[in-house]
Order: sequence, then structure tokens, then C-alpha cells
Amino acid sequence: MAKRVEATNVNAYYGSFKAIEDVNIVVEPKTVTALIGPSGCGKSTFLRSINRMHEVLPNARVEGTLTLDQENIYDKHVDVTAVRRLIGMVFQRPNPFPTMSIFDNVVAGLKLNGVNKKAVLQEAAEKSLRSANLWDEVKDRLDKPGAGLSGGQQQRLCIARTIAVEPQVVLMDEPCSALDPISTLAIEDLIFKLKDRFTIIIVTHNMQQAARVSDRTAFFSIERTGDPGRLIEYDDTQKIFSNPSVKKTEDYITGRFG
Amino acid sequence: MTLLAPEQDVTAGSLHTKRLPAWAALATAVVALALSAALVLGTGIGNWVLVVVLGAVLYLIGFWLAANAVEGPRSARNRTWSALIHSACVLAILPLASVTWTLISNGINRLDGNFFLTSMNNIGARDANGGAYHAIVGTLEQVGIAALITIPLGVLGAIYLVEYGRGKLSLAIRFFVDVMTGIPSIVAGLFVLAFWVLIVSPLFNNGQPQYSGFAAALALSVLMLPTIVRSTEEMLRLVPAPLREGAYALGVPKWKTILRIVIPTALPGIVTGIMLSIARAAGETAPVLLVAGGTAAINFNPFENNQSSLSLFVFSQATDSSRFSPDRAWTAALTLVALVLILTIAAKLLARRNRLTR
Ligand SMILES: Nc1ncnc2c1ncn2[C@@H]1O[C@H](COP(=O)(O)OP(=O)(O)OP(=O)(O)O)[C@@H](O)[C@H]1O
Ligand SMILES: [Mg+2]
Repeated sequence: MAKRVEATNVNAYYGSFKAIEDVNIVVEPKTVTALIGPSGCGKSTFLRSINRMHEVLPNARVEGTLTLDQENIYDKHVDVTAVRRLIGMVFQRPNPFPTMSIFDNVVAGLKLNGVNKKAVLQEAAEKSLRSANLWDEVKDRLDKPGAGLSGGQQQRLCIARTIAVEPQVVLMDEPCSALDPISTLAIEDLIFKLKDRFTIIIVTHNMQQAARVSDRTAFFSIERTGDPGRLIEYDDTQKIFSNPSVKKTEDYITGRFG
Repeated sequence: MTLLAPEQDVTAGSLHTKRLPAWAALATAVVALALSAALVLGTGIGNWVLVVVLGAVLYLIGFWLAANAVEGPRSARNRTWSALIHSACVLAILPLASVTWTLISNGINRLDGNFFLTSMNNIGARDANGGAYHAIVGTLEQVGIAALITIPLGVLGAIYLVEYGRGKLSLAIRFFVDVMTGIPSIVAGLFVLAFWVLIVSPLFNNGQPQYSGFAAALALSVLMLPTIVRSTEEMLRLVPAPLREGAYALGVPKWKTILRIVIPTALPGIVTGIMLSIARAAGETAPVLLVAGGTAAINFNPFENNQSSLSLFVFSQATDSSRFSPDRAWTAALTLVALVLILTIAAKLLARRNRLTR
């Protein structure tokens, strides 16, 4: 199920602007890795280069190697859609498809990739919604529009949608930043549960959240605005939050910077 | 606090302000109208139109004065602007209501079965009956063919511009579409006359050029295409990027994302744009006259021989000397408007059917 992600000398550009430089990182299967760092340091950019979403933007490109179990996803012969099927993504703002019902939203990935058997879809929908802790709340209104749910429910719907296609890796970009503490807690529980099946990489601005949910933490930073972001320190979460080896990391997590 | 003007200086207890009573607006209106009537009719400088216009102006001034005196300047400005906006709304609706009323009151005279079931074939100047069956057939066929040509082309073109077009080519296309939007309909008609009727149609007709409904459909297509491309393009651009990215992130290929996510989301807007262009095409007279020629008889075949259309029928009846023809023209105009209205409502309902109800 879960696969190992390895980035070697990854640079990402927006046109001529270099947003991240020389990122080297290894993410083990079935772990949760948190990406933290000040705003604009390239966390989202790095996350989006892991499933090749970065190149969706005009003029954006990525250099370096990113492997998924030894296979370079930036290889010329790799099909982008296959990469994205293996590496799912949850966005900062919930983005359910407005023309679809809750049910259709959850199985959108399957349906649009050619799965049409009613029974299969039904089963996948229930399983994903249960995994996303949303089943009990929506089981009586599966045919109602997904956009009619609350923000927290929508975000869990998007998580259900992502895990319904059974990816190997799940990327989350500040999935809780628009949510209340209770929904946040629900999603953190969920991340903990999902760890058994997926490799998870999560961007967060919430230090407690990083400390609570992650096994490993990567700290990104920039020198000055306009400089590319770099990976400053990458270690066990325990270590980063108790005894970081770089002064800059310590300054950041204790709130003296950023 | 001192930086604020006195009126905005909210000190304790001043949240409650004096309000004009509800009848004040009506009273001001009555007084303003009476005053303006006395002024205009008394001096004999105009009729009731001037009374209403002057009355409206006097009303605005009087109402502002009253509100200013009782409620203070901020509130007075607010009320004056609301009144202005409401009068603009009334002004915009008045012509529309007037057109509708004129159409219905004049068109009702010939609104009978005979009108819809007969053509103008063998109808002389002294004959009271005669109808627009041939014209209705013509309009439906010409606009239908034009829609069949332009909707796929226009929507696909817009998809290309929004989703795939980068660089010089798409800039050029967009520029030419903009230029095409401004083409006068008579020019579109002349173009099809020169190209299709005079050059291409002889190839199918033993060397004889011939008018046809299809040629009219081509001319209408020239007019509809740029409108459809532009309106569809705007609607597609309104679909938020996160929706597309949400689909990409599920491993959905780009073309499927467009087909199953982007288009359904933008569908109601796209349909509105298409219906606007169809409505415009259905009302075009000049190109139909130029390339379909017009006829008094029923012709179901859009590819051969002259066809008429409703707008052409209106034109020919309105300029006819028979004393029965004005009534036919009015009823045909009413039919045209009703036809477009029915089409629009049907399209809207269809576009909505797939939408989920909250
Ligand atoms: N679409 C874009 N076009 C050009 N530059 C961009 C674009 N998106 C981001 N950038 C730039 O790339 C750099 C990294 O941005 P990124 O969004 O990855 O930061 P981040 O760490 O996710 O910040 P935040 O915590 O605020 O989300 C920033 O300097 C930003 O201005
Ligand atoms: Mg970000």
C-alpha cells in the first residue's frame, strides 16, 4: 500500500523565480511527516512537486529527482495521471465538486477513471467515508450536494475522495487551517488512523499539530524574501521539538522568528 | 472621534436617530407631481411626459431636502441614491414593458389557427387570411442548422482558448473572434452571398447559383460563432482553479476533467450565452433576405430554393401595401419573441435538471 518517497536535489521554479533549492528528503512508508516553516518558504511548492501538481501552473517546472519506491516520477516515460493516482492530495480549502452529490464526490476519482460497477462504487464510498469519519454524518443524505456540508465535513469529504482511489501516499496542504478545533481534532485522529495504510506528508503552521500527528518533521526556511526556500533540518519530530540541532529551527519553533 | 464629521460622531445614546415616516416618500411624490403639473400645464410648455420627468426631478430634490432636515445629510444622501437607482431600474424596464404591451395588443388580432397553419402562397392584397407557417419553418430550420454548426465549434473553440491555448496562436484567435463579434449582419450576409451562393452552390445545381435556407444558416453562424466563443470562454474562466486541481489530484486526465468537472460547473452560464446568440440570430433579417431570398410558399428543404423566416416575414408584411398585412407582421413579431422565449426557458430548464437541489 504505502510507498517510500525520496527527493534528491529538488529545485522548483515559477518562471525564472526559484522557489525551492536543493531539497533532499526521504519519507518512509506508513509514517506521517510534517513540513513546517515560515510563510513563503516553499512548503506548498515542494508538496505540489511530489505529485507533479506544480507543473499544472504555466511556466512552472521542477528539477532534480523524486522517486516513489525507486521509480523516478519525473522520468520522461512516466504518465502524470498515474503518478497522481498513486499520490493523492488534500488541499487547504475544501474543494468538493459543486455539481456532484456527496456520493458522487467520494467516488469521483473511481468513476472518472472508468470504474462503473454500482456495487463496487457503493462499497468504496462507504469504506472511504467510514475511514474519513464522515459516514455517520452523511449516510442519510448521500444524494445531496457535497457543497451543502459544513467546512469541516467538506474537508473530510475531500479526504474520503482522496483515499477512495487507494493511493500510496497522501499529501495534505494545511488541511485544518480553515477548520474549527473540533473538526481539526477529527482530522488529526483521522491522520493517525490513515497512517496504517498510507504514507502521509502534511504541511502545517500549527506547531502543536505537527508535534501531535507526525513522526518526522522537516523545517523549511528562507534567508530573505526573493531567495529560494531550503530544507534546514529534517529529523524525528521528538528531536526537532525538544532538541533541534540547528539554531534557526529552535528559534522558529519557540516563536522567536517567523 | 474628533476626526470624524459631526454627523458620524457616534456618542453614547445617539444610535437612535429621527427617521422620516413611511408616508413621507409618497407625500413628497404627490406634491412634486402636483407642482410639476401646475407648472408645465399652467404655462403650456409640454404634455404629461414632461410632467412626469419634471415631477421625478422635483421629487428627488424635495425628498433630499426632507431627509436632510429630519435625518441628517448622510441619511439624505443614502435615500437620494436609492431613489436614483430605483428610478434607473424603472427607466430600464419601461421600454421593455412598452414593447411587450405593443406586441401583444397588436399581435392578438391575427393570433388564430389559420395564421400558424397556412403560408402566404396565393394570398392577394385583398385576402384577409394567410399566415406565417412557411416563415416559422424557415426560422426553425435556419436557426437550428446554425446552432448545430456553431454550438460544437464555439464551445470547443472556447475550451481550446481557456484550457490549451498558449502563446501567439491563441492570441491571434482571440483577436479574430473579437473582430468577428463586431461584423455587421449585412456583411455576414454579403460574405455568404459571395462565397456560398455565387461560388459553391452552382457546383450542386448545374452551374446555377441558388438561394437556400442553408446559406442563411451559414450567415447566421458567422454571427453566432464569436458570441458563443466569447461567452463560453468567460464562463469557463470563472470555474475556480482548485476544482480542476482537485480532479487532477485524483489522477483524472485533463480532457476528462474538462468534460466532467469544468463544463458541468459552467453549464448554466454557457447555455445562457448560447441562447443569447440564438435569440440574436433568430431576429436577423438582412442576411436571410440576401441569401435565402424569401418566398411566400412553404419550403421544407433548407438546401434548395428560397426560404423565408419570421423576421423576413415581418419585414415584408410591414412594407406591404395590403391593409391586412400590418396585423400579420405584428403577429409574426409576437410569434418570434414567444419562440425565443420558449427556447430560452426550455434550455434553462434542461441545464438545471442535472443540478442538484439543495
Ligand atoms: N503561482 C505562483 N507564481 C509565482 N510565484 C509563486 C506562486 N506560488 C508561490 N509562489 C512563490 O513561491 C514561494 C514559495 O511559495 P509557497 O506557496 O510554496 O510557500 P508556503 O511555504 O506554502 O507558504 P504558506 O505557508 O504561506 O502557504 C513564495 O515566494 C511565493 O511567492
Ligand atoms: Mg502554502
